[in-house]
Amino acid sequence: MKIGVVTFPGTLDDRDAARAVRHAGGEAIALWHNDADLHGVDAVILPGGFSYGDYLRCGAISRFSPVMEPIIDAANGGMPLLGICNGFQVLAEAHLIPGALTRNHELHFLCRDQKLTIENTHTSWTSSYSQGQEILIPLKNGEGAYMCDDETLKMLEGEGRIIARYVGENPNGSRNLIAGVTNERGNVVGLMPHPEHAIDSLTGPSADGLGFFTSVLKAMVK
Amino acid sequence: MALDTVALAQANPDSTQPFAELGLKLDEYARIKEILGRRPTSSELAMYSVMWSEHCSYKSSKVHLKQFGDKAVKTDALLVGIGENAGVVDVGQGYAVTFKIESHNHPSFIEPYQGAATGVGGIVRDILTMGARPIAVMDPLRFGPADALDTKRVLPGIVAGVGGYGNCLGLPNIGGEVVFDETYLGNPLVNALCVGVMKHSDIKLAKAAGAGNLVVLYGAKTGGDGIGGVSVLASETFESKGPAKRPAVQVGDPFVEKVLIECSLEIFAEDLVVGIQDLGGAGLSCATSELASGGSGGMKVQLDKVPLRDPSLSPEEILMSESQERMCAIVEPSKIARFLEICDKWDVTVSVIGEVTDGKHLEITWHGDLIVDVPPRTVAHDGPVYNRPLAQPAYIDIVAKEVLNLPIPSTADEIRSTVLQLAATPNLADKSWVTDQYDRYVQGNSIQSQPDDSGMVRIDEKTHLGVAVATDANANWSYLNPYEGAKLALAEAARNIATAGAKPLAVTNCLNFGSPEDPGVMWQFAESVRGLADGCLEMGLPVTGGNVSFYNQTGTVAILPTPVIGVLGVIDDVRTRTPMSFDRAGLDLYLLGETFDDLAGSEWAYMHKQRGGIAPVADLQREMRLIELLVAGRTKKIFTAAHDLSQGGLSATLTEMVLRYNTGATIQLENVGMMLLSETPGRVVVAIDPAQGAALNSEAAEKKIALTKIGITGGDSLVINDAKISLKELHEAHTQTFQKLFG
Amino acid sequence: MAKIVVDVMLKPEILDPQGKAVAAALPRLGFTFAKDVRQGKRFEIEVDGEPTPAQLAEVEKAAEKLLSNPVIENFTVRVEK
Repeated sequence: MKIGVVTFPGTLDDRDAARAVRHAGGEAIALWHNDADLHGVDAVILPGGFSYGDYLRCGAISRFSPVMEPIIDAANGGMPLLGICNGFQVLAEAHLIPGALTRNHELHFLCRDQKLTIENTHTSWTSSYSQGQEILIPLKNGEGAYMCDDETLKMLEGEGRIIARYVGENPNGSRNLIAGVTNERGNVVGLMPHPEHAIDSLTGPSADGLGFFTSVLKAMVK
Repeated sequence: MALDTVALAQANPDSTQPFAELGLKLDEYARIKEILGRRPTSSELAMYSVMWSEHCSYKSSKVHLKQFGDKAVKTDALLVGIGENAGVVDVGQGYAVTFKIESHNHPSFIEPYQGAATGVGGIVRDILTMGARPIAVMDPLRFGPADALDTKRVLPGIVAGVGGYGNCLGLPNIGGEVVFDETYLGNPLVNALCVGVMKHSDIKLAKAAGAGNLVVLYGAKTGGDGIGGVSVLASETFESKGPAKRPAVQVGDPFVEKVLIECSLEIFAEDLVVGIQDLGGAGLSCATSELASGGSGGMKVQLDKVPLRDPSLSPEEILMSESQERMCAIVEPSKIARFLEICDKWDVTVSVIGEVTDGKHLEITWHGDLIVDVPPRTVAHDGPVYNRPLAQPAYIDIVAKEVLNLPIPSTADEIRSTVLQLAATPNLADKSWVTDQYDRYVQGNSIQSQPDDSGMVRIDEKTHLGVAVATDANANWSYLNPYEGAKLALAEAARNIATAGAKPLAVTNCLNFGSPEDPGVMWQFAESVRGLADGCLEMGLPVTGGNVSFYNQTGTVAILPTPVIGVLGVIDDVRTRTPMSFDRAGLDLYLLGETFDDLAGSEWAYMHKQRGGIAPVADLQREMRLIELLVAGRTKKIFTAAHDLSQGGLSATLTEMVLRYNTGATIQLENVGMMLLSETPGRVVVAIDPAQGAALNSEAAEKKIALTKIGITGGDSLVINDAKISLKELHEAHTQTFQKLFG
Repeated sequence: MAKIVVDVMLKPEILDPQGKAVAAALPRLGFTFAKDVRQGKRFEIEVDGEPTPAQLAEVEKAAEKLLSNPVIENFTVRVEK
């Protein structure tokens, strides 16, 4: 089970995402932004960070990288694709999922251990969780407020495409406490918090994040 | 104004030069002429003026800092000592760790965000330059009073700058300090620490060796950052009507530095550099003269090969520019092609600007004209050395006689009110408002960060080898007794390493003081350095390097002497570390160490505006025995938790422990008021499983550390004798302060 | 030298915390004129000679594809002397 982890200039959490893949039992393959070749991977992760320094808008420049072309093609064909934090921003800019991420409502970068509920366990990345399961994983970003128009919001809620929601106080101003969304097919998931930093309680607040990575390995077996 | 070349300098030896405006004294100017055998060119004058400045040459501090070398304990663990960009220590398993702390005080007062951001950028480059991957940062910060208007101006900007730059580099912030005191109003202190790790074989040094090797500049393009003062030399290019093109403030771009780090590490991994230096203060002047000094002796540089952001810069300005995110490497000709390839992969600007020669001079040309021809050591190392006059200030004897008149709580109500007051006072309150702006998770190896006693990072995923770092200073004690104050800060930082069970290994320092031209300040400095050097010798900890920041004063009023001491320690298995606090009931709580009436210089005294008295005297032998006990407590699995006492005494320590994992405690104390408030050094609160009682008693007796049982854990309140404070109430008092102050 | 200016603003319904922060800061400094403040971006694009209608059309496309995020932003394109 090969999972590609993309590195754009400025990507920060690629090695951590690769580690999470290994912990889950998969093989992590490093993918370079300038290389339009997926090297036979079965799934792709766009990790967190500040790709291109968040110039212009977060993820706005990364989305046009050579590696994104085969990724978009493969994702449209059903390949599992996970965008974490900056990766979520890239997915939104590439219109693989609806909506956009904007500045945190309190304007500060915020790093905190965040409770989430998993609300859709039918995606490639969330099948290891149970419906409504509460997990604790780190949230760390400055532009994490999920925005979309009313029509889109209605559609997402109606179709159950919100895969995770913040529990308690809204940490960043996201509409309807949205922490993660999926596409129609359920193979592309964007998630603002960082599951790769919750794979053990030694280095993270819990091991709750591992489920994202075990889910896709299960999905790939099928 | 024609280009001022060496030929021109020889032709008109008597031209007037603005040496005074550039900060050089008449005798220093004369000395330069003596060294060169002629008057300097304007470029040479600019180089000497900035390299011989206090900031770069350490001219006022050198004679005192010598002690760190003279009194250094001989240890095999020190792989690279003072003199290089950062010190390097062996931590076992073939790993070497480099760490250093630096200041960026004055720029942060002027432009808080960029001042702090570039401070972080600078220290990270120093670590990178040693050949290490930077793995963590820490930020000891000091501000004026929390409710002062100017604090509200500088604090949010500085915190945003530290976070903005560090987060974007992908470096976890694993700790720091936030201290408020009137003394720092107008002179905030921004000290930044960075830790890096590498294998022994990766260590790089700043020397240009091997005639024919290439001098390569890579990273950001060069612009007019930070050259304000040098404009006197290039006045014909300064457009008085247009917008200022020569800002005094440096502006950083962390994305460029992140790319620079990855590019450099790939270059290092392929062993493509012979020597390397980062460009910090004094930019190219510093890098070229230091590299040349460190190597065989000579270097030729073509300044016109420097990639420019601003094509209107004069050669003097290019030499002085402090544009960020630049490095200078020495590369063998056979390796340059691969070097350039890697830069291209990362889209990093790179230019070969010169070569190492077998001569003895640093020669710099501008489009073929020789504008600098100097012996590099005279620029970089043989600057003026001052033996500034020092004199014990009058206040020392006066404050020592001050008798403190502080309310000491005894009734239940008084105890409650005191504990809540301390919990809420800005210096002791919860700092999440600050630390939540820092990424503490990136790189996936953070084991401890704020609010733990030390930051801890795992450096080997298989063996779980880790390092711990802590910084401490106590300006109140340093004010009362600079010699003891430095020793006490050293002891505290070492103790902070040991509470988790790590072994202290090496020391760095950031010495923040007022003007060295004030004999009283100079005396404080000399005493602090003497105390630190003596303390390090006694504790067997080498000083690996550090930083001096002078001139922290407004008018004639200097800041309180603030030597910040950083200690690095090693732990063989981070999984076995002793956590700071407990999360279950039924554990026994003990206080290690004796308590005396030490209120002078305490937080309680500060809160009552009483700054006098006699500072505690450091007992480093006892501190070392305590450290042994703390390490044994971990390896022998005696301790469930350990947290040291410092500002705010036992009151603050208990508050922090019960709130950490929301588990209360019931405490019984004799002489309760003094016990809660005293700040006697060398004390730790530990929590143990009652079954470990005999083992603890035996260890403490063997290590000759006083032991007092003070209570047990459990419940939803902090109970001290008859006083009861619910955790809810305590939590609110502790966490509201910063939110109310900074919104 | 004429330049093409692209102004990008968040759509009116999107929360603008930076604009809000600016609006809150103004009265603290004694400026009471503002009813509301929204913050946007301005791009100045230099071309050779005078901008042609064809170039402006291209800039519109670029603004749609790169300079703005149409999900949350609106833009205008004009020539400035």
